[in-house]
Amino acid sequence: MKEETAIHVENLTKMFGDFTAVNAISFDVKKGEIFGFLGANGAGKTTAMKMLIGILTPTSGNADVAGFNVNTQPESIKKSIGYMSQKFALYDDLTVKENITFFGGIYGLTRKQINEKRYQLVEELELQEIVNELVSSLPLGWKQKIAFSVALLHNPKIVFLDEPTGGVDPITRRQFWELIYKAANKGTTIFVTTHYMDEAEYCDSVSIMVNGKIEALDTPKKLKEQFNAESMNDVFLKLARG
Amino acid sequence: MSISVQNISKSFKNKTALSDISFEVKEGELFGLIGPDGAGKTTLFRILTTLLIPNKGEATIANFDIIKDYKSIRNNVGYMPGRFSLYQDLTVEENLEFFATIFGTTIEENYDLIKDIYVQIEPFKKRRAGKLSGGMKQKLALSCALIHKPKVLFLDEPTTGVDPVSRKEFWEMLKRLQTKGITILVSTPYMDEAALCDRIALIQDGKILEIDTPREIVKHYPKTIYNVKAANMYLLIESLNIYKHKYSVYPFGEFVHYTDSRTNFNPEDLKLYLKTKNLKNISIEITQATIEDTFMELAK
Repeated sequence: MKEETAIHVENLTKMFGDFTAVNAISFDVKKGEIFGFLGANGAGKTTAMKMLIGILTPTSGNADVAGFNVNTQPESIKKSIGYMSQKFALYDDLTVKENITFFGGIYGLTRKQINEKRYQLVEELELQEIVNELVSSLPLGWKQKIAFSVALLHNPKIVFLDEPTGGVDPITRRQFWELIYKAANKGTTIFVTTHYMDEAEYCDSVSIMVNGKIEALDTPKKLKEQFNAESMNDVFLKLARG
Repeated sequence: MSISVQNISKSFKNKTALSDISFEVKEGELFGLIGPDGAGKTTLFRILTTLLIPNKGEATIANFDIIKDYKSIRNNVGYMPGRFSLYQDLTVEENLEFFATIFGTTIEENYDLIKDIYVQIEPFKKRRAGKLSGGMKQKLALSCALIHKPKVLFLDEPTTGVDPVSRKEFWEMLKRLQTKGITILVSTPYMDEAALCDRIALIQDGKILEIDTPREIVKHYPKTIYNVKAANMYLLIESLNIYKHKYSVYPFGEFVHYTDSRTNFNPEDLKLYLKTKNLKNISIEITQATIEDTFMELAK
């Protein structure tokens, strides 16, 4: 695998019985790229993502994630990536501080490293007032911003974000994307799914999955040219309507 | 008036969920409640569907009082909660039959109303509801909410987490229901859906920020918005954020929406400044405000 490729996927396939959820998909994600992984509900995005983060074994095909093979080294993948989704982000009945300590421990950081990271994170996100509050008492937007930072605690090479901004208010949604840009600018590869088509425009590359296959993959600009569309929303409607 | 809400407030312990909410929805109107998670939308729906009692204020639905006439309201409204709440271990058909029976009617009697929606899931009528895909669950839930031919339909975030194609189809279904005379109150966190409503209320932190038609709401935007674009998006946002004359800087797809704090703003000044930040391919053009711009300005 080349140095500059963060994710390399080749004919990755997953079948459940005789249903093909992911049908021989292939693509590359470059290091430091923001890669938008789009598709209709039920197109196979979540199944594909589960294979890439090492928690679901492919039926056939192959993928290298952060230099590790999904078939033979899923445990090494888990250590090299960060993950957050709307459903799984932080523990509601722990405080912000406890969450940071807990996830730092899970990711194998030393107590000293955890303390340093926590200090840094509190400064950056201005969490001084809420660091000892239970996560359940925080607005969704705050939770998601903290969860993203927690997913970055162990300096992962790649972060997987599964609909991180669903239901978040428009201002916080934009602040969240500024955090994404910042991380990508520092060289972290971002793999993100979203149903907000304006967010698809923020990505360097966008793939669109339809019925288990990747039907389009390019920069937002080229996709719009290719489909003669005004916006990514139009591209999506033209492709996924079928 | 189909829905009339006057000065409704609701608190949980020391947390205010709704403060002094008032609005009216006309018969046959498609009214949108637009706001993010935690704005109070679900609390308001639960009060209007008689599942929760407000601390203050009054409301009527189809001329029935939410406290005194709660039983009549329950017979006259359809409610689709945000969380899927049909019986997972009943089949599609059994769920629909169950709801019809509870309301003392039959599927046949009101089939006309749900036909459009139900035909799409009918091939799966023997499947358990828990085994349906997200889009199909949504269609079944809507069918169940309609089976007793309600006068008013309450839809709490029916499209959250739903992809753009299914969202578009769902709104087309709502438009068709509206032509059958049903009043619809729908909530959504997607600002682009606001444009599809007759009138909307923007809501945040339990307060209504503004109520009007989508067209009027964007007209009220107080400033000139510029679409700014450059080769490096991250650097562009960073540079605009530290520009001393900026009023607001919000990424909007491939552009940044920029407003300036000066009244005599000249885009050329900004261009010069951005050039000093080593930005390339800079373009600055006037653009129209969207509902999202208005929302962010009001919510600031």
